[in-house]
Amino acid sequence: MANLEVKIHDLVLKNPVMTASGTFGNGYEFDDFIDVNSLGGILLKGTTLYHREGNDYPRMAETPSGMLNAVGLQNKGIDYFCEHIYPKVKEYNTNIIVNVNGSTIEEYIALTERVNELEYIAAIELNISCPNVKQGGMAFGTSCPMAEQVTKEVRKVYDKTLIVKLSPNVTNIAEIAKGVESQGANAVSLVNTFLGMAVNAETRKPVLSTITGGLSGPAIKPIALRMVWQVAQAVQIPVIGMGGIASATDAIEFMIAGASAVQIGTTNFVDPQVTTKIVDGINNYCERHNFKSINQLIGSLQL
Amino acid sequence: MKKEVSDLLVTGNRKLNHDNFLIELKAATQVAEMHPGQFVNVKVDNSPDTYLRRPLSIHDINESSNTFSLLVKVVGEGTKQLSLIKEGETLNVVFPLGNGFKIPAKDEKILLVGGGVGIAPMMHMARESVKNGAEVHILLGARSKIDHILLDEFKDFGYVHITTDDGTLGTKGFVVDHAVFSGKETFNRIHCCGPEPMMKAVARMAKRMNTECEVSLENMMACGFGVCLCCVTKTTEGNKCVCTEGPVFNINDLEWQI
Repeated sequence: MANLEVKIHDLVLKNPVMTASGTFGNGYEFDDFIDVNSLGGILLKGTTLYHREGNDYPRMAETPSGMLNAVGLQNKGIDYFCEHIYPKVKEYNTNIIVNVNGSTIEEYIALTERVNELEYIAAIELNISCPNVKQGGMAFGTSCPMAEQVTKEVRKVYDKTLIVKLSPNVTNIAEIAKGVESQGANAVSLVNTFLGMAVNAETRKPVLSTITGGLSGPAIKPIALRMVWQVAQAVQIPVIGMGGIASATDAIEFMIAGASAVQIGTTNFVDPQVTTKIVDGINNYCERHNFKSINQLIGSLQL
Repeated sequence: MKKEVSDLLVTGNRKLNHDNFLIELKAATQVAEMHPGQFVNVKVDNSPDTYLRRPLSIHDINESSNTFSLLVKVVGEGTKQLSLIKEGETLNVVFPLGNGFKIPAKDEKILLVGGGVGIAPMMHMARESVKNGAEVHILLGARSKIDHILLDEFKDFGYVHITTDDGTLGTKGFVVDHAVFSGKETFNRIHCCGPEPMMKAVARMAKRMNTECEVSLENMMACGFGVCLCCVTKTTEGNKCVCTEGPVFNINDLEWQI
């Protein structure tokens, strides 16, 4: 077994494989399929201060090598989380990270303060990139001044590891990454979904109730990989890569491009055991290439 | 029953008519633990355009051979590829998923209504209901005579009633036009699966007859086990996932305008 341990600021991950928020529920939905403790960390379903019903059905469209979603952050709010979800997830022996969402800076702050009180939550992922909500969400992540401002304010009330999740729907993602780094982010995770659309040619109606939605899956992998590489060049803080990762080879490519860890998203829907398969595959790769530590792989792109 | 993801051996694939196939799979776990109305999520190989799994009702189980069957209607590229699978090959399946129908008590009288490929879960339901000592009526609706399948198999479990849109077999019209809804017959419960307009029509009829009614929904879904939150339906308690909190719902819990 190679040493697969990586660090994201204060977080020690037993391996670089994490799950992407919104694709892994609260972890326990996968207990029948895998040992969740064998992962480097899990990102829980996006949480908001108050209960959200999410968008109307239909919220999903299958697309070539991927899918569009427009769930709209359906969740029961932080009170429910603290009472019903936290007591269960805190028993896991892996890093549990809450994905924090808000419509306003005040909401981001209030939610972060609540999460800060939870001993077993190792970090937060500040989601400034959800494309499926009417207020906030991606609006924060597509404007450099707003991304900086929300990071700065949240940083003031959070003393553990702060990860900021970036939107790919921008002209220059490296600029946004540098902006949030300058305001105290400890890591960036990218990419969230690409804004996309599907039309039913027969009915001439949009497939999604919200008309547009977020594209994910292997279809976005090359663009996500390019963005991870660009951001890794631009910042000093660790980069967590995601976007269409479906195999150990995909994960390794992201790490070679500069990611210190990866998140597995939409592929969890297709293969609920993919995460543990990727951990095994990364280990095999390291052994085959005689890497004593996975850290030798990070940013090792040969130019 | 614990959920699993497994490569299952295909022990049969029978063409039933022009667009319906019955695929039989050998399970390693006890099929007797599957509940009528539950479904599986099947990975489709050799179909690059089919990225997501295809959810399919468990059609029936066979305890002696520990096999279960899936009724596949060819509607697109994914189901077309599925229909081509041969005995001896394997199919990657996530199962069993969802809740199921309420099983009748001894001497209760129930009506199962299936429209089109919505008849899929009704064989398993009929089998378990008869096993429990219930009287089972099965109303099957389809467009035309050639679309009706598995009639003899259903007759093993109860009274079979038939409608066709064009009148080529049984009563002409939709399922709700059948005499079984005339008011002469009473049932403890109606269980329905089919296109949504049909299920809503049956639900209206059930309300009129003051009869408890369950429907099985088939919203588009990505995962099938409650994490993507795509397949939601509006209920009296807010949005619920069809995959984990359904697919079977009591009509009183749905926000249907009926």
